[in-house]
Amino acid sequence: MPIISRGFKGRRRDDAPRDRVPPGQYVTDDFPVLSAGPTPHTPLDQWDFTIVGEVDERRRWTWDELRALPSETITVDISCVTKWTKLDTIWEGVPVDTLLEGVETSAEYLTAFCDGGYTTNLPLADVTDGQAWVAYGYDGEPLEPEHGGPARLLVPHLYFWKSAKWVRGLRLTATDEPGFWESNGYHNYGDPWKEQRYWGD
Amino acid sequence: MWPETDRVKTLALDVADWPGHRAGQHVDVRLTADDGYQAQRSYSIASAAGGPRVELTVERIDDGEVSPYLTEEAHTGDRFELRGPVGGYFVWDPDPHGAVFLVGGGSGVVPLMAMIRQRAANHDAVPTRLLYSARSWEDVIYRDELERSRNHGEGLEIVFTLTREQPPGWTGYSRRVDRELLSEVAPTELALTFLCGPTPFVEAVAESLVGLGHAPSRIKIERFGPTGG
Amino acid sequence: MEALRLDGNAAAGLLSEVFVGEMTTAVGTCDGCGSAEPVGAVHVYLAAGTVLRCPHCEAVVMKVVSDGERIWMDLRGLRTLELVP
Repeated sequence: MPIISRGFKGRRRDDAPRDRVPPGQYVTDDFPVLSAGPTPHTPLDQWDFTIVGEVDERRRWTWDELRALPSETITVDISCVTKWTKLDTIWEGVPVDTLLEGVETSAEYLTAFCDGGYTTNLPLADVTDGQAWVAYGYDGEPLEPEHGGPARLLVPHLYFWKSAKWVRGLRLTATDEPGFWESNGYHNYGDPWKEQRYWGD
Repeated sequence: MWPETDRVKTLALDVADWPGHRAGQHVDVRLTADDGYQAQRSYSIASAAGGPRVELTVERIDDGEVSPYLTEEAHTGDRFELRGPVGGYFVWDPDPHGAVFLVGGGSGVVPLMAMIRQRAANHDAVPTRLLYSARSWEDVIYRDELERSRNHGEGLEIVFTLTREQPPGWTGYSRRVDRELLSEVAPTELALTFLCGPTPFVEAVAESLVGLGHAPSRIKIERFGPTGG
Repeated sequence: MEALRLDGNAAAGLLSEVFVGEMTTAVGTCDGCGSAEPVGAVHVYLAAGTVLRCPHCEAVVMKVVSDGERIWMDLRGLRTLELVP
């Protein structure tokens, strides 16, 4: 049993409606920055986003081409496995559905790959049907580098390590390939409502 | 507990089964709220080894999670958990034939103060110079003790730079530590350098020292991050 | 510049749960570039887990994840670790 420190409360909010907060999470108004490595700084004229792997043909968008695609502004709650949840975050980006339009594949999985080498794996079914975006705007401003700018993957129904920062593309795969954290203790799927934080949860 | 400056307090802890420590080491402090919520931060030990209590010096970070509790809420009799002491890389262990350069930014001075206190307790003769960067004279932690130490000779020199405001009549440095300042202050002998403070500060200082010809392997760094709140 | 970057000192407590003895003075050889440095000098990033990176080439030398009881470590980026008493 840990020793209780009298009077310690921390900085969480305790006024949020409980049905919006996944189990074991605490609500914050901050936006903590957690990074697994140095912030990449790819110049936009060298940046691209590609869909590769088990596809009929590769797709590629330059930064300008990505920005020219129809985008959405969405408000979602996000939950990090380190126990903070942030409600009503506002993002702007391109739905992954739009990027996958016309892509023929038999793959059931994908790996998102990023500047700096980070990867995360997802079932294809979890990034379609309006569940995922390539997001380049946060809270009405361009996404800052420390939060994954110029663009990050946004998959709000799963723990936020799946919303890969500095995303550069999706590699569609026939088999599920655990990514950076999934290969070292973090849960392969990561549903916050089932508290799927670690292997075996 | 006692204040060091408006924002900084030292807490003296009685720790059951404390194994002793070396100057420069730190502890991880874990606080648990009554609903099970936990937060953890690392704090450098400020006291020299062998004292009756373990002293931690904590700077209150506005909007911090742990430091406001430790500096404003906690009082004598309160309890929390420690892990440690840890850190054998950044510890006082000078070559008796060399010289030591201690460079601290803000609360980065805490482990360096443990080293200075250890040096005094050991009666180490190794020539030691502290360069301490603080925002103002009021922000200098351990101010009185450092002033007294500096006047006692015994091979300890202290140089302050006050970067935001200076008291009337101040003739010392009044700018951020840059290469030119280091060229005037860093010992020219083959010194062992201990450098501690926020990451941007220490990385800029380390780069300048290397540029001045100091060997990277002779510069030991301890970065304090924003997680130290 | 990386304001969030820490160093091996920040991982010392966590590593003390796994390794017997002092880890920050252990010397690791990066499998990426072959440089050897004390663990106290490696770059540390605190994310969902703890990531230790080579200070010369930023390759991942170690990843550590803990759920409070189990600890998972990926040591593939570490070619050799020399521990001295």
